[in-house]
Amino acid sequence: MTLPSAQNITRVVLDNGITILVYENFAAESVIISGSLQVGSAYEPAHKNGLSAMTAVALMRGTRTRDFTTIHEALEDVGADISVGGGWYRTNISGKSLAEDLPNVLDVLADVLRNPTFPETHIDRLRGETLTSLQIRSQDTRYRAGRAFYETLYPEGHPYHAPTRGTLESVPTLTALDLTAFHKGHYGGKNMIIVVVGAIKAADAVELIRARFGDWNNPDQPDQIAPADVAPITESKRTVITLPGKSQADIVLGTLGPSRHAPDFTAAQLANSVLGQFGMMGRIGKSVREQGGLAYYAYSQVEGGLAPLPWHVVAGVNPENIDLAIQKITDEVRRMTEEAVSEDDLADNQAYFTGHLPLQLESNEGIGDTLHNMELYGRGLDYLVNYRDMIYSVTRDDILATARHYLNADRLVMGIATP
Amino acid sequence: MSSVTRHVLDNGLVVILKEVHTAPIISWWVLYRVGSRNERTGTTGVSHWVEHMLFKGTDMFPPGALDKAIDRLGGSWNAQTFLDYTAYYETLPAEHVDLALRLEADRMINAKFDPKEVDSERTVIISERQGAENSPTFWLTEEVQGAAFRVHGYHHEIIGDMTDLETMTRDDLYNHYKRHYVPNNAIAVAVGDFDSAEMLEKIKALYGVIPAGEQPKLFARPEPDQMGERRVRVERPGRGTFIEVGYHVPAANHPDWFKMEILNSILCGADSMGGGGIDNKTSRLYKALVETELAAGVDGGMTQTVDPFLYTISLTLREGRDPEEVESALYREIDRLREGDITERELARAKKQARALFAYSTERITTQAFWLAFAESFDSYNWFEGYLARLEAVTLEDVHEVAQMYLRPQNRTVGYFVPVTAEGDEDDYEEFDE
Repeated sequence: MTLPSAQNITRVVLDNGITILVYENFAAESVIISGSLQVGSAYEPAHKNGLSAMTAVALMRGTRTRDFTTIHEALEDVGADISVGGGWYRTNISGKSLAEDLPNVLDVLADVLRNPTFPETHIDRLRGETLTSLQIRSQDTRYRAGRAFYETLYPEGHPYHAPTRGTLESVPTLTALDLTAFHKGHYGGKNMIIVVVGAIKAADAVELIRARFGDWNNPDQPDQIAPADVAPITESKRTVITLPGKSQADIVLGTLGPSRHAPDFTAAQLANSVLGQFGMMGRIGKSVREQGGLAYYAYSQVEGGLAPLPWHVVAGVNPENIDLAIQKITDEVRRMTEEAVSEDDLADNQAYFTGHLPLQLESNEGIGDTLHNMELYGRGLDYLVNYRDMIYSVTRDDILATARHYLNADRLVMGIATP
Repeated sequence: MSSVTRHVLDNGLVVILKEVHTAPIISWWVLYRVGSRNERTGTTGVSHWVEHMLFKGTDMFPPGALDKAIDRLGGSWNAQTFLDYTAYYETLPAEHVDLALRLEADRMINAKFDPKEVDSERTVIISERQGAENSPTFWLTEEVQGAAFRVHGYHHEIIGDMTDLETMTRDDLYNHYKRHYVPNNAIAVAVGDFDSAEMLEKIKALYGVIPAGEQPKLFARPEPDQMGERRVRVERPGRGTFIEVGYHVPAANHPDWFKMEILNSILCGADSMGGGGIDNKTSRLYKALVETELAAGVDGGMTQTVDPFLYTISLTLREGRDPEEVESALYREIDRLREGDITERELARAKKQARALFAYSTERITTQAFWLAFAESFDSYNWFEGYLARLEAVTLEDVHEVAQMYLRPQNRTVGYFVPVTAEGDEDDYEEFDE
C-alpha cells in the first residue's frame, strides 16, 4: 500500500508558527480535522485546576458573531462535528464533515478558537454539567483507581498529578472571567498543528486554513513549557479507595515510563506489547484472565507523553481476588526484568507492529491522528516509511535493558478502588 | 460504491461479497442467527458465553494460538453477542485472509468446550457482568427491559442473569453451540480488496463441505401488547440520578422503523452508524432539558432488531433535580411531536445528518462488512444499501403518525435510578507504603 510519506503529505508552516499537514484520500466523501494547540493544564495555576479544560469546552458556547445555537446549527445541520478538549500539555482539536462542508466547518473552528466570548449564563451551565459529570465519575471504580494511581505516582505540582478536568473542589471556583483571561493569555497560533485528511485537494485545504488562521498572532501567548521531571520511585506505595455498593474492584499498578522523546520508547512499546498487549492481552492476560480466570480485562500500557507518562497495568477483578491478581501481575513484571524475551516473542511482536499499519491507516481519523503525532513528536514525514526498519532494529537485549530501566517489581505504585 | 453480490451455498450458508479496493485489507464476518432473544430462563447469557468459548480452541487451533497468529499478521479479530445474533470477525491484510476463512470454518463445527476452559471462563464472564454492574445505568437498563418485556426474550440482559452464570453447565453451552452453529443458520460476509469470483471459490471449498444441520427452531415468544405505563425504580449507592424511558416500537424491517429513526434525530440527535457520532446540542431535548439545566445530558436511539424492541430515551439529571419535574418536561416535548409540531427544516436536517453519518461509517471496511451481515440478519443486506433512500422518503406526516402511534403513555416503561447513601458512605481513603 502507499504509505503517507514526504512524497504525498503536504506540509506547510505559516509565519505565525502553525504547521499544516494535508493528506488526500478520496475513498469516502468525508474529511477529518485533527490537531492541537500549545495550551493545557500545565499552563493553569494549581488552585484553578480544570481551568484549561473548561476553557477548551467553553469555546463552543459563543463568539463575537455567533451565539451557541448558531455555532451548533452550523455543524449539526450538515452532520459535522468539532470538539476541543484540554489535555496536560496540549489541547486537542478534532472535527469531521462531508468534504463539501469543510469550508463552513473551518469557519466555525477558527471563530471559536479566536473569538470566544464565554457568556456567563453558559459558563454557569457548563460548570453545573461538569460537576454532575465529576460526581458520577467519583463513583466509577476505574476512574478512581486511575486517579489514585496518578496522584500517588506524581508529586503535587506535577501536571500529571491533577486531573485535567478539575475536581469537585476546584471547578466551582472557575468563573467566566477566569476563562476569558486564560484564553487571552494562552491561545494562539504558535506551535499549533492542524491536519486535514480526506476528499479534498491538498492545495485547497492549505488555502482554506491559511485564510482563517494565517493572521492569528497572540503576543501574550507564552513559550512552550518544558516537560516536568519526576523523581524515580524508591518504594512501593498503595492507595485504596472504598466505594460502597460496587460489584467489582479496579486495580491500576505501575511506574514511570519513558516519554515519547526517550530513545528507548520503541523498545518500551515492544516490551509492553509482550507484557500486556500481544495476543489476548499479552503475558498478563494469559496469567490473570486465561489461566487464573480472575478478570475480564487485564492489560498493560505504555503511553509516552511529552513528559514521561506511566507504564502501567489495568485490571478489573472480584474484590476477593485483588491480592492474587496483584501477585500474578507483579510476577509477570518481574519476569520482564529477569529474562530476555524469546526470539519468537520478539519476532511475533515486530510482525504485529509492522503488520498492523494498514489497519491503523484505514480511516481518515487513523491517518489524521498518526500524522498529528508524527508532527508533535518530531518524527519526520518519512516516519511510516522508516517504521519497519525502526521496529526491526530493536533487539532482545534492548528490550531487557529497557524493561530493567523502567520496571522494578519491588517498586510499584498501586491505585485500587473497591467496594 | 461497488456492487454487492449474494450467494447461497448448497448447505444453506448465505455469502455476501463486496469488493472495496481502497486499502489492501479484507474483513471477514460470520454471523449466526441466535442471540439473547432466543434464551430460556435458566440459561440466560448462554449465547454470549458460547461466543467466549469459541476463542478457547479447536484441535487445529489450540487455545491462544489464534490470538498470536492474527496479531502476527497485523490483523484484528473479535466477536460480539447481541439480542438477535452472535458474530465473529477478522480484519486482515488481504494476502492473509485465508487464515480467517479457515479458522471460522473450523470453529463453526470443531470448538472443543473443554470443561476446564468452561470453568475458567465462568469467572471471567462473572467478572464481565460485575464490571458492568459498577455502572448505575446497567442496573437501570436491566430493570427497564425486564419490565417492558414480560414474555419475550428481550427481557434479560445479553450478559445473562447472575444466577444462570453461576449454574450453567458445559452441556448447556455445548448443546446451544451444536444446535445453532450450522451453515444454514449463518451469514458470511467479505468486504475488501479481493476478486469476488476467486473469493467465492475459496469460501465454497472451505464452507461448502460443512453439512447442513437441522434448521434450528429459535426460541422466541411474542410480547403481548402493553396495556398501560409501567414504572421501575432502582435505588443503590451512588451519586448521579438517571431516567430511562422505553417505548415499544416495530422491528427494523418495518417501514415505521425509518420514520422513528428520523423522529429520534429531531428529538435526541442523530444515531451514529458506527463511524463516530456527532453532537446533539440542537436537538429538541437538549434545548428543553439541558439548556434549562434540568439534565446534564440526553441520549436516545432506535435499535435494529428482528422482533419489536424499544425506542429508548436516557437522561442524566443535573445534581439536585427532581426526577418527576424532569420527566414532565420530557413529556412536554414528546407531546409537541404527537401534536404534529415538526418543521420541514428539521426533517431536511435529519436527512443530511444521516448522509454524513453514513459516509463516516463507510470509511472502514470492517464497519461496512458488519452492516451487511447485520442487515441481512434482520432483513436483507439491501436494508443497509438502501438506508439513505428510505430515510429520504420519510415525510412530515410520517413522523407525526409514528409519534402518535408509538409515543403513547400506555406504551412506555419508565425507570429511575435514584442514588442512596450507603452505610459508612463518603468513601474511605487509605494510603500506605509497602
